[in-house]
Amino acid sequence: MMSAVALQMACVAGLLGLAILAIALSRSKIATAVIYTITLIICLAALAGSLRWLLGGPADATGLILPIGLPWLGAHFRMDALAAFFLVVVNLGGAAASLYGLGYGRHESSPHRVLPFFPAFLAGMNLVVLADDAFSYLLCWEFMSLASWALVMAHHREAGNARAGYIYLVMASFGTLALLLAFGLLAGPTGDYGFAAIRNTPHTPYVAALVLILMLIGAGSKAGLVPLHVWLPLAHPAAPSHVSALMSGVMTKVAIYGFIRVVFDLLGQPSWPASVIVLGLGSITAVMGILYAMMETDLKRLLAYSTIENVGIIFVSLGLALAFQANGQKLPAALAFTAALFHVLNHSFFKSLLFFGAGAVLTSTGERDMDKLGGLIHRMPLTSFVVLIGCVAISALPPFNGFVSEWLIFQAVLQSPELPQWALKIMVPAVGAMLALAAALAAACFVKVFGVTFLGRPRSPAAETAVEVDRISLAAMFILATLCLLAGILPGPVMDALSPVAVEILGGRLPVQAHVPWLSIVPVSESRGSYNGLLVMVFIAISASLAVYFIHRFASHALRRGPAWGCGFDDAVPAAQYSGGSFAQPIRRVFGTLLFHARDHVDMPAPGDTRPARLRIELHDLVWERLYQPVSGAVGFSADRLNALQFLTIRRYLSLVFATLVTLLLVLAIWS
Amino acid sequence: MVVISDIIVQGLQMLLVLLMAPLLTGFVRKIKARLLRRQGASMFQPYRDLLRLLRKEVVLADNASWLFRVTPYVTFAAIWVAAALVPTFATGLVFNWTADLIAIVALLGSARFFLALAGMDVGTSFGGIGSSREVMIAALAEPAMLLIVFCMALVAGSTQLSTVANFMASSYVGLRVSLGMAVIALIMVALAENARIPVDNPATHLELTMVHEAMVLEYSGRHLAMIEFGAFLKLLLYVSLIACVFFPFNIALFGTGALAYATGAAAYVVKLAVAGLLLALFETATAKMRVFRVPQFLGAALMLGLLGTLLLFVSRSF
Repeated sequence: MMSAVALQMACVAGLLGLAILAIALSRSKIATAVIYTITLIICLAALAGSLRWLLGGPADATGLILPIGLPWLGAHFRMDALAAFFLVVVNLGGAAASLYGLGYGRHESSPHRVLPFFPAFLAGMNLVVLADDAFSYLLCWEFMSLASWALVMAHHREAGNARAGYIYLVMASFGTLALLLAFGLLAGPTGDYGFAAIRNTPHTPYVAALVLILMLIGAGSKAGLVPLHVWLPLAHPAAPSHVSALMSGVMTKVAIYGFIRVVFDLLGQPSWPASVIVLGLGSITAVMGILYAMMETDLKRLLAYSTIENVGIIFVSLGLALAFQANGQKLPAALAFTAALFHVLNHSFFKSLLFFGAGAVLTSTGERDMDKLGGLIHRMPLTSFVVLIGCVAISALPPFNGFVSEWLIFQAVLQSPELPQWALKIMVPAVGAMLALAAALAAACFVKVFGVTFLGRPRSPAAETAVEVDRISLAAMFILATLCLLAGILPGPVMDALSPVAVEILGGRLPVQAHVPWLSIVPVSESRGSYNGLLVMVFIAISASLAVYFIHRFASHALRRGPAWGCGFDDAVPAAQYSGGSFAQPIRRVFGTLLFHARDHVDMPAPGDTRPARLRIELHDLVWERLYQPVSGAVGFSADRLNALQFLTIRRYLSLVFATLVTLLLVLAIWS
Repeated sequence: MVVISDIIVQGLQMLLVLLMAPLLTGFVRKIKARLLRRQGASMFQPYRDLLRLLRKEVVLADNASWLFRVTPYVTFAAIWVAAALVPTFATGLVFNWTADLIAIVALLGSARFFLALAGMDVGTSFGGIGSSREVMIAALAEPAMLLIVFCMALVAGSTQLSTVANFMASSYVGLRVSLGMAVIALIMVALAENARIPVDNPATHLELTMVHEAMVLEYSGRHLAMIEFGAFLKLLLYVSLIACVFFPFNIALFGTGALAYATGAAAYVVKLAVAGLLLALFETATAKMRVFRVPQFLGAALMLGLLGTLLLFVSRSF
């Protein structure tokens, strides 16, 4: 019998081999079908392995050392509960994306640019989660980043994609630099890069604080924390849709894994000020992310912004877990931590589903701009049905899964009066209100997504002639929609499956939910709050059927189709419908005037003039304009100045080297 | 035996909210008419309206989808389930552990989500204007609601409505500043959520001032009846919520026998009447505000909720 970690590594090796095979095959016709079928099989095998590990009761972490990498260290890989959970997320997302790719990939214009990197990207994400020393971790992290970068650049000739790839590359290198420094600090002067050694070394508070900030920069930039999110809405939509799903639904989770691994596991006991930083950043990210999404009309970019919101929610939950853990309150800490992991899982379900839906719309209409879509519910009934489920789930509405994780987070927020620190006591309710705001805005945003794209009348000929997508893509979406519903109505088993992770990382766990009658969930105690997704769904189903029965039994059956009421003015132009921009107008006016400096400019022609009136909306991305533009300006300026250094004589170079050497030696002498 | 009586109480409650909801709206309308020196329609007019709508044919816009036809039933069901989980005359409902207050608010959110989608379905500007404003109001009301829940949970130690009502009905809660703030905030949220004056006008027929009514403009016949019924139920739900948490006088505690249930029911009717009277008085005395004043109104509710919560941190006895 193979050990669990060996099985995972075998899967990774298979994926890497497949990447090489894909290079050989990529120009042939069968390549798409072959590659995605094999990735599907490998991902399912890896999923089965990690699920068995997670559900198979308490098992000891198993390690594996490969004789590659640094000669005195080797490459360590290890499977524990945290890794197993994230492997489930990675491989479930990978399997769904492979299945979807089987259908979607047939429309790919340049498969040879996608096929080799897709398995490599999956392998990279698996490896990051399995890595057990800093060197392999960073190497795998870079491998994952570069593979995903190659996928972002798959359609590099399309407008904006090259810029997206460039910004992604810069931000990814910056993030890796932060991670490198963080691991350097963790390894300390002894320089032992194994995670086991780091875990056993006590860290001073300064080191811990620095590592936390570096991790927030390194892992946070990959996950999309505001203000390090700028690359994400550019790069995620640029990739083919199933890869966008993987990047948004899964790769951000791998970044969150990195954060949890270092901050919760390797750093040991956290201190409470850390949680203040994480809570603050998380709640700002959640609200800003969804407000950006609200302002957006490009379907895939909107979904990418909504990923930022969900990452914020996860970070808020992790911040709560840090706060409780710092005060030794095991049960609330486990509650917040479980809520974070639950949301990780949920987000990987519904975000993949929504990106698949956006991909389906893109395949059948060639449009990503929702202001050119509309009425697709008539042309693509099955796609719109599953996308509707995804929209309800991501808007945190019962009885779907998004609500359960938000409910758990609110329950954790309600535990905050037990915290002894005043700063946290006052901060947490405000953070809770921000979360509620983000949740309500998410619902508004996804009303917009579904309402503008799928409802109403078609706004372009492409939308008018759209056809339903192929069955394989639909199957992938239906499977994810079913998972969204199942996790929503049966949250108890999911929470129980997450408990080994909480036990391993925090040393505490929630009460066993399997013992609660009627499949309810009771995170703390029955009197504090309970929720039963299954019964809520059954009740809604019963009362809706009762209503339908009585209406159809007693009320009139007459039904007549007629033109819509237009107040006497029958506006035949579908362009007169509410668009994405006009739907967002009230929220833009309430929040946007401050946060985006939004202005509406109305150009009204004089009476008698026959030219059309125009409305122009002015929006500013303040993070980009106030933070990134000055920095990139400064970098460009200094690069121009330093350019002169490239044209010196050899004597000057030698004297420069000499001066540097003397300065460094002096510094060393003064230091010691 | 106990289970059966529990289920009977729960069933009675579900029927009671269904039967009382149109009456409450009719009562409010009657009082408002009398305050305006009009005779007004009978208190039972909403029942007649519903029956009349049920008998009429449905006129569906040409491009209305299945979502448009399903939404009235989904919203009605979600609101009915939510209303059935709020204690009215008795606490300790058998299924009260199914959903706590956060889940009840989210159920109402589901109903609103589908209504807003239905507003977008036909593709007219009225539906769009209604939906976009409705979601804006909801986005502002939800954080305030969460802080109210927070405040309540701090006092009662639970988000489970029956537990909260039981706790509030006990003698040692007393008058508290923070609860006073929470109840004012909750009333403000309830006004916004139920599309009442000053946030929205339930009686308006001028399209540009409508929010909720613009959203459901395309509905007719039995579909409109379900949506109207849902709106009646939602008003009743919020009144019951305010009554059971902040004014739980004479609410029948769990398993206290038939007499307690009878007094509880009588007290509940009185509470509904008082609430209806106050609502009618308030609506007659104020004017509807501009749409972009609503953020300030709901921002005040948010601040009251936050202040109430913070006061509780300073001292549990506030």
